[in-house]
Amino acid sequence: MGRVEVKAEVNKSHGLHARPATIFVQLANKFSSSVRVVKNDEIIDGKSIIAILSLGVNKGIYVKIITEGEDAQEAADSLKEFLETNDG
Amino acid sequence: MMVKLKGIGVSGGIGIGKALILGKDDLSIPQRKISHDEISREIYRLEEALISTRREISDLQKKISEEIGFDHGRIFEAHFLVLEDRVLIEDVIQQIKNRKVNVEYAFSQSVKKYVDALLRLNDEYLRERVADIEDISRRVLRKMLKENVSSLGNLSEKVVIVSHDLAPSQTASLPKENILGLVTDIGGRTSHTAIIARSLRIPAVVGVEVATVNIRSGDNIIVDGSLDCVIVRPTEKVLNKYHLKAEAYNREIKAIQIPKSIKATTKDGKNIVVSANIELPEELSLVKKYTADGIGLYRTEYVFLGANEMPSEEMQYKTYSKVAKMVSPGSVVFRTIDIGGDKFLSQPRVPKEISPFLGWRAIRFCLAMPEIFKAQLRAILRASAVKNVSVMFPMISGIEELRKAKGLLRECMDELRREKKSFDENISVGVMIEVPSAALIADVLAKECDFFSIGTNDLIQYSLAVDRGNEKVAYLYEPSHLAVLRLIKNVIEIAHKYNIGVGLCGEMSGDPIFTYFLLGTGLDSFSMSPPQVPKIKELINSISFGEAKKIASKALDFSTPKETEKYLHSELKRILGEDSYHILTM
Repeated sequence: MGRVEVKAEVNKSHGLHARPATIFVQLANKFSSSVRVVKNDEIIDGKSIIAILSLGVNKGIYVKIITEGEDAQEAADSLKEFLETNDG
Repeated sequence: MMVKLKGIGVSGGIGIGKALILGKDDLSIPQRKISHDEISREIYRLEEALISTRREISDLQKKISEEIGFDHGRIFEAHFLVLEDRVLIEDVIQQIKNRKVNVEYAFSQSVKKYVDALLRLNDEYLRERVADIEDISRRVLRKMLKENVSSLGNLSEKVVIVSHDLAPSQTASLPKENILGLVTDIGGRTSHTAIIARSLRIPAVVGVEVATVNIRSGDNIIVDGSLDCVIVRPTEKVLNKYHLKAEAYNREIKAIQIPKSIKATTKDGKNIVVSANIELPEELSLVKKYTADGIGLYRTEYVFLGANEMPSEEMQYKTYSKVAKMVSPGSVVFRTIDIGGDKFLSQPRVPKEISPFLGWRAIRFCLAMPEIFKAQLRAILRASAVKNVSVMFPMISGIEELRKAKGLLRECMDELRREKKSFDENISVGVMIEVPSAALIADVLAKECDFFSIGTNDLIQYSLAVDRGNEKVAYLYEPSHLAVLRLIKNVIEIAHKYNIGVGLCGEMSGDPIFTYFLLGTGLDSFSMSPPQVPKIKELINSISFGEAKKIASKALDFSTPKETEKYLHSELKRILGEDSYHILTM
């Protein structure tokens, strides 16, 4: 069991509003670890599409990803990579 | 405080009772306190609804992926995530547990909370997601409401339904016995709500514009369909006055309901067929009750609107043949599907049309979807084995459409012959005359069909370029417009020249003002909402064909609808006498 915290810059052209939010949540749900996303002082469940959308994540801002569980490291890495990959 | 709202009374009579506001779409969300023991059951219902919605979307996705391609199937990805959303589900469960409310209410409140939050972010891309969330939430709520029919199905008391608008499928699914009246913000005299309200004899006022703003669920209200108004929170004095008025009205109605004449025959012996327009199976009993000679228009789309999935040929056959048997020895005219392609849920998503009335609907939709169309034609053909069935095609605008439709009908006949299934080889095939182009080429169409049925509701709307559902222009919708009367006259004359029968199945058919005109123009059959039948038969029996002919010809001499109507009213008064005139034109 581990706990991993990483910072990631959101590089999606429409932030986490349109399809990228869907893909992020799908990706998060592939891991057994819990996934939380922190923006400013708001912490939300990264496996919930409604929570992610409500967070209002725009392009260019930094969020913190906190994962906890057996595949915490892998989860944090994949999600960070996804957020930081530019979608053109 | 008492408020009086004006609208358009589209179905006469007085309804007095408590208001029930119906939300957008067909969902009225009941709110109910639950006991501690019911908590686990409500949570179980949540899970069940989520699972069956998941199945529904997965089927939908499969279909779309197969028909359009994988990429489009992906539009439902967000739907699935919402269905599994732990935050949302947890929130609903907490509400059920802590606030002790029923699952429908808890779910709709949770969704509303998140949707409101998302809308506050004011982001264009989010709005699309919000639409997804609302769509999925409606689907889930529908599942919940269906298994718990208590929503509207068993209303414990009678209510007056108040809604911004009512879709045909909504109106069709209302529990008639518990509806005292209908009030809507939009709509006009010939909207579906109006037509159904009249046929079910429910007092209705539409086009009130601000009904849902001024009325709250539980308010006492009075619907006066005869005086075009709705009275909200009436004082006791007004209420008492209206109770008396309602009683008087019901007494008069009873007097008219007793059918006097079984046959409609003019004084000089011309027999006229007066039949019923039917859309719901529950209305079948009305055909005999009001002594209609048969069914002049059976609107088959309601077979489709009420169903969760595409009704199979077999299912349609059962419905149609039941109708045919019940109406025998009278006959029935089945009109093939007359709705837009967007009404077929299981079909690929059809983009919303800007002008649906000019769009992909009725025969246009059917010819584009030969499988759906042929299943219906086969079902109608098989039901025709009783030999009292005709079929007609809606919204024909040119001869090619008729030829194509008849071609498919012939294909179905060949198939049935090979399968040794019986049907009426001489089934009559008719054309709805409701597009001005069809009226103008009636001579061309008449050579290739067995009868016409003039659909005045659409014919008027298309000829006068008036959207009958738009309250801003509804005043222009005038059946007595000279253009309309001329079109009708021409179509009837041409039909007779080519020796085919001609009927009329729009609202005009059941409107006493036009009876003498239509009779005098030579119309062979009238078809209308069942309760109008006895009245119209009375009117036909009150005059000779010769005299009606004179009235019809004179009615075409006026240049404004007002003058024409004034003239027709004066003739009614003259022939019927003051008393009968008031009763029959009420």
